[in-house]
Amino acid sequence: MPTVQRPLSPHLEVYRPQLTSLMSIFNRLTGIALSVGTIFFVWQLLAAASGPAAFASFQGLAGSWIGLAALFGWTLSFVYHLLNGVRHLLWDAGWGFDLGTTYRSGLVVLVATLALTVLAWIVALIVWGA
Amino acid sequence: MADRMRTPLGQVYGLGSAREGAREWWAMRLSSLALIPLGLWWMIAIIAHAGADYRDFIAWVSSPLTAILWLLTIAVTFYHTAHGLQEVIEDYVHHEGAKLASLVAVRFVCVALAVAGIFSVLAIAFRH
Repeated sequence: MPTVQRPLSPHLEVYRPQLTSLMSIFNRLTGIALSVGTIFFVWQLLAAASGPAAFASFQGLAGSWIGLAALFGWTLSFVYHLLNGVRHLLWDAGWGFDLGTTYRSGLVVLVATLALTVLAWIVALIVWGA
Repeated sequence: MADRMRTPLGQVYGLGSAREGAREWWAMRLSSLALIPLGLWWMIAIIAHAGADYRDFIAWVSSPLTAILWLLTIAVTFYHTAHGLQEVIEDYVHHEGAKLASLVAVRFVCVALAVAGIFSVLAIAFRH
């Protein structure tokens, strides 16, 4: 089929970055990050199924500085994607789609993401130390 | 008769609506909804087992309720992941060959990881 060159409507680059558009992009980026992270958790299960030695070396890697840094990033992505996903589902159900509410719910998601991630790590480090 | 109801472009393509236009959309909403409780359970459970030794981890995974929740979480997670990555690829990869290759790769990897995870949970559950 011949391609017809029609003018295109302005795309993302003509807009000033806004909280709403940035949060939409972050939802995708965290989704991609979480997809990569699933490999880590399947690895944990495989190691546990393989035996004590494999599991111990996995736990060693997870507890290293690189492992902990990756897990922290993963937690941040997970909590964000979960909370913002709920925001998306509420929009799909017809709730909160006016401009004021999208900004307010966006701020709630950002603040709650930071708070829950820090809380999760405080609890995890206490459990780990105990 | 049916052909006269179609637009000229539709007749040229020889393709009509497959009546499945909303399927991808629904797949994401349904798996998102399921992942809210599953994801919360999983995250709290993983935190509760931070730094667990082999014995504790095995005992936890092999209890029936935990094993069932793990299997559900794995199945829905990789369903959601496969559909989510497909959406991203369809939006941003415009070269036909690269698009097809990455769509196939994403599907293969997601199914392989899901099978690896499910097999591991079953192996742990049935051996202990």
